[in-house]
Amino acid sequence: MSTTPLAMIEIRAVTKRFGRFAAVDRVSLTVRAGEFITLLGPSGCGKTTLLRLLAGFETPDEGQILLDGMEVSHLPPYRRNVNQVFQSYALFPHLTVRENVGFGLRMKNVPAADAGPRIRDALAMVSLDEMADRFPHQLSGGQRQRVALARAIVCRPKVLLLDEPLSALDAKLRHTMQLELKHLHKKLGLTFVFVTHDQEEALTMSDRIAVINRGQIEQLGDASEIYHKPRTAFAADFIGQANLLNVTVTGRNGTTARVRLDNGLELTVAAAGLPATAKSALVSIRPEKICISKQRMDSENVFAAHIEEEIFRGATDQLRLVTEQGTKLNALVANESAMQEAFHEGDRVWCGLHLDDVVIVQTD
Amino acid sequence: MPVPAPRPLLPSGLKLLNWFLAGWTTLVFIFLYVPIAVLIVYSFNSSRLNIVWEEFTLTWYGKLLENKPLILAAKNSLVIAGASTVLSVILGTVGAWLLHRYRFRMARGIQTLVAIPMVMPEILMGISLLILFATAGMRLGFTTVIIGHVTFCFPFVLVAVQARLQGLDPALEEAALDLGATPLKAFWFVIVPSLRPAIIAGALMAFTLSMDELIVTFFIRSAASVTLPIQVYGLARVGLNPMLNALSAIFLLATVAFVLFSAYLKKLSPR
Repeated sequence: MSTTPLAMIEIRAVTKRFGRFAAVDRVSLTVRAGEFITLLGPSGCGKTTLLRLLAGFETPDEGQILLDGMEVSHLPPYRRNVNQVFQSYALFPHLTVRENVGFGLRMKNVPAADAGPRIRDALAMVSLDEMADRFPHQLSGGQRQRVALARAIVCRPKVLLLDEPLSALDAKLRHTMQLELKHLHKKLGLTFVFVTHDQEEALTMSDRIAVINRGQIEQLGDASEIYHKPRTAFAADFIGQANLLNVTVTGRNGTTARVRLDNGLELTVAAAGLPATAKSALVSIRPEKICISKQRMDSENVFAAHIEEEIFRGATDQLRLVTEQGTKLNALVANESAMQEAFHEGDRVWCGLHLDDVVIVQTD
Repeated sequence: MPVPAPRPLLPSGLKLLNWFLAGWTTLVFIFLYVPIAVLIVYSFNSSRLNIVWEEFTLTWYGKLLENKPLILAAKNSLVIAGASTVLSVILGTVGAWLLHRYRFRMARGIQTLVAIPMVMPEILMGISLLILFATAGMRLGFTTVIIGHVTFCFPFVLVAVQARLQGLDPALEEAALDLGATPLKAFWFVIVPSLRPAIIAGALMAFTLSMDELIVTFFIRSAASVTLPIQVYGLARVGLNPMLNALSAIFLLATVAFVLFSAYLKKLSPR
């Protein structure tokens, strides 16, 4: 902990209320300089309010916000060295692309001799050099998005805030822009705070993800940690798919424990996540972690099931399994190639599950 | 840009109805424009009477330019309409922005109060303004006429600008603030240009209203601040005169030029 890189943003126990509703509820978060952090959550969870608090469009009712070591909680947006890319892009319709990008420099009275090259660099950065004299309404959605980006980075902010900037683009373009944003982040070395409700976007781009629900951070970690080790039922359910199952603890044996599902199926789990006093728990099983075969395999947890339904999803097949005890589980397998076993509706199969893949997300 | 689907032709069975509608439309246009056409034609008539055509002449236009009181009244009208328009645009635009952007007590009440001068009988406006100026001890003149005109002109600007503000992306102002503009600069550099079409429309409305206002002005003018409508009214009471026809023709020409110019401006501004 002694070698922590410089904290660019420090949010200290910040609360923001609208009427009696706390949109952001005692949130604390430290973002390192140069980090790409994503605030991920469903609509209305408070992620956008948190971003607006950073931008200065809202002021906290309690707590403090520090930007590069300086308290900015009550500074207006025009006195903060952060810039935002808006969900609607908010390009100024009466200005050309060049004037839009130059707006921030003009407001800061940067001399024209200095502003010109900076605008050109920013436009080159998003490969829009040739569009400089067009008006926003003459551009495509993707191009507008780039102008909004160039306009925000030309002021060389300490932090770039992005409010669901990709939500208005079609799926294909969204994927391209995801990668471009990631490259831009690397090239600029800026701190990015990215808000999205799209879990796939969050997993693809971020250094760290803050899962937000009901105004609070439910879990903070890197993509793999958030995905593989969800700490709450909400995090497990919101990111990717999950089979969430109630279990009762039936026994312990050193590093492992036995749990029983409501209708009788017994599983072995790692005891690490299970407090000594816990009698029941909620476990999460990712569908793709369930290993399926026609032959009985050698594993901690093996059980028989039949395939109730098969749903073709392109690259993968989603299988709805029903175990002999009647537990329903979703499984995901790679779509069959001629070299592999194929599974179809009505087949009887064996299922294997590694004990690390049964994640305890809640205990009583 | 989406191409609208071509509208279907009228079914042939409705041909009779079609003829009827065409006739009706023609009648409406005749009713609207024949008097104006007659008026213009007779401005070139050498007879003093508006009923008999004698021969083509430009005398009445010459006489018009020699009529000092009329020219003076026209100048007064332009000054008053110009000043009222500028003030109305400022008050209307700022007022609309404040009502749109900020929440305060009685916002709805204020909204209603602002709209009332638009529908209030002019005679009431005239009398009440006269009483107000008399009570305040103000001498009647240009100032009182301009104040009077602004009271019923600026609501038109305000309403036009408000309609435009409803459709404006609220993130525009935030984007300006985010890029370092103070609220005042954001209003001037981003909001005002985005409202330009509405401001132009409101200004045209205000200018036109002020230019042909008669009743309110009648109560609150002085001898020196006689406007064109009042002067014309005075002349018409003495008897109709082809000079007035000439004046109307010039007015009409100016109005048409005005409308075409504003249409051109609208075409220039993006979106």
